[in-house]
Amino acid sequence: MLEGWRVTETPILEARNLKKHYPVTHGLVMQKTVAWVRAVDGVSFAIRPGETLSLVGESGAGKTTVAKAVLLLEELSGGELLFDGKDVGHFGRAELKDYRSNVQAVFQDPWGSMNPRMRVKSIIAEPLVVNTTMTKQEITSKVLELMAQVGLRPDQAELYPHEFSGGQRQRIAVARALALNPRLVVLDEPVSALDVSIRAQIMNLLKDIQTQYGLSYLMIAHNLATVRYMSHAVAIMYLGEVVEYADGDDLDDLFANPRHPYTRALMSAALPTHPDDRTDEVVLSGEMPSPLNPPAGCHFHPRCPAAMDICRKVAPRVIQVGDSHTVSCHLYD
Amino acid sequence: MAAAQPLLQVEDLRTYFFTRRGVVKAVDGVSFSLEAGETLGIVGESGSGKTMTSLSLLRLIPQPGGKIVGGKVLFDGVDLLQLSESEMRDYRGSKISMILQDPMASLNPVYTVGEQVAEPLRQHQHLSGKALWDQVTEALRLLRIPSPRERLQNYPHQMSGGMRQRVVGGIAVSCLPKLIIADEPTTALDATIQAQYLAHLKDLQRETNVAMIFVSHDFGIVGRMCDRVAVMYAGKIVETASVRDLFDNPQHPYTIGLVNSVPRLDRKVERLASIEGQPPQLLNLPPGCRFAPRCYAVFDRCHLEEPPEMSASDDHSAACWRVGA
Repeated sequence: MLEGWRVTETPILEARNLKKHYPVTHGLVMQKTVAWVRAVDGVSFAIRPGETLSLVGESGAGKTTVAKAVLLLEELSGGELLFDGKDVGHFGRAELKDYRSNVQAVFQDPWGSMNPRMRVKSIIAEPLVVNTTMTKQEITSKVLELMAQVGLRPDQAELYPHEFSGGQRQRIAVARALALNPRLVVLDEPVSALDVSIRAQIMNLLKDIQTQYGLSYLMIAHNLATVRYMSHAVAIMYLGEVVEYADGDDLDDLFANPRHPYTRALMSAALPTHPDDRTDEVVLSGEMPSPLNPPAGCHFHPRCPAAMDICRKVAPRVIQVGDSHTVSCHLYD
Repeated sequence: MAAAQPLLQVEDLRTYFFTRRGVVKAVDGVSFSLEAGETLGIVGESGSGKTMTSLSLLRLIPQPGGKIVGGKVLFDGVDLLQLSESEMRDYRGSKISMILQDPMASLNPVYTVGEQVAEPLRQHQHLSGKALWDQVTEALRLLRIPSPRERLQNYPHQMSGGMRQRVVGGIAVSCLPKLIIADEPTTALDATIQAQYLAHLKDLQRETNVAMIFVSHDFGIVGRMCDRVAVMYAGKIVETASVRDLFDNPQHPYTIGLVNSVPRLDRKVERLASIEGQPPQLLNLPPGCRFAPRCYAVFDRCHLEEPPEMSASDDHSAACWRVGA
């Protein structure tokens, strides 16, 4: 993917060959590692300032592990993470603290990500209390400012999370993520738990905030239509690897003409937005194999309708199919 | 659709919950009908009453508090609401069956999958021995479960989510029902697994001519699976139409808002329209149209009188004062 990278400005975040392998151990006392689960196995991407990169894939693809690594909630087994061109792995304490302020998150479940015993004003104020030296008055006025920004009324500051609907809670989560003026926000399925009529509200809010502050987003999602609406760049993941990637002008090409057989299957599995869209359905057989013993060669070959002999033996390399559109598949060799 | 009598006819169904804080009208005067082999989608947001409607058909309303206070559910001409509890039991799982959202919660972890598919057959058709197990295998085959004979010995935890949901489907079809009610059957599944499952249900319908009710919040599922759609909002059906009509020519402002607020895969949309505000609390509903506070086309009458179902064309109706006015 990096070959296709147009060097215009330093990406806000760059991942180079990220790896996260979890050991599978046996024995209680003398723990012996018997195998490795390759949850993320060599993922590279870059996020430009003010843009959204989406990681798309099914459960087990490794997209959440990537997000956790970016949030420093998981230690990497290999690869580098560069923030503003600087290697996060070499950061000292102060720099790490800065990084954590600069990289915030909004999670999928607005019911699970808030302390039910805290009032909304304290939830939004918490990052400010912990990370800044602002006075009480400053914090109060900042909280009200954040609430206005995400479309909450000042009188709602005294309420508890359970008094809000899902969409409003997601607004609280966004306000909390914005409190420290971050430069990158990780959005883990930000709208999939919300009702249909509320999703558009939250997506539009996230887009408005992005334009206003030049924020970058790393979004994890499975709904391709949502991804298309929100993203400037899209990486399709399968079993710990990126199988297809496109950004900028080539993004439309990815949706109109997906190259990887897995991307095609995902697109055809996506539910139609109109009954006339009932196009040729590529229904995949089987399920995603375990990352414990991934198939040899191309990981996708056991489910691939176009599998060839070479796919069973040799892992495909990254192939350029457009200016900024790459695919890992032997069909394009 | 020329049959003299539809398979299912629901008339003015009302299911209320009596709570300390007042009466929650979860289902408030819902009517629709369904022919054999037809698929009806019931679409709505959480709290719209779509799940309570489907549970009311089988009289499985959560107790205490919930009560069906009025209406008729005519299935093959019999009003299910008038049956005794034991007569009702003969319908559940045999003539009408249900597929729920979470396959892990609808399967018993300590019984094998085969036992669980066999249970309704023993109960309703009094099968045993070879006849029973042939029928069980057939049910699993209908849902395209690979090597069904070996799979019968498995426990639910030995199967993947997609396979478990197929087993739940197998239980639902084991007695060859005339109607299957599927309540968000694929929300817990991944996209490609969801596509497989929906394709299997379609095949099943072709083979057995079973009628289906799909309860969902997702227009996409409805677009792929259903012939007709009923859109619910705050306990009422606000619009009923054929799938194509609903997408091409929605009438109710709520439906119009929903259709426009869904992002598209086939083209880049610059900005989505969104319905502002929140659905109303079902406790102490205001008079007039329930959607009025969020409606862009609201006028005086909407706040005063509740709009009845108005016909927009054949087989297309909407509960809005703007329709046909």
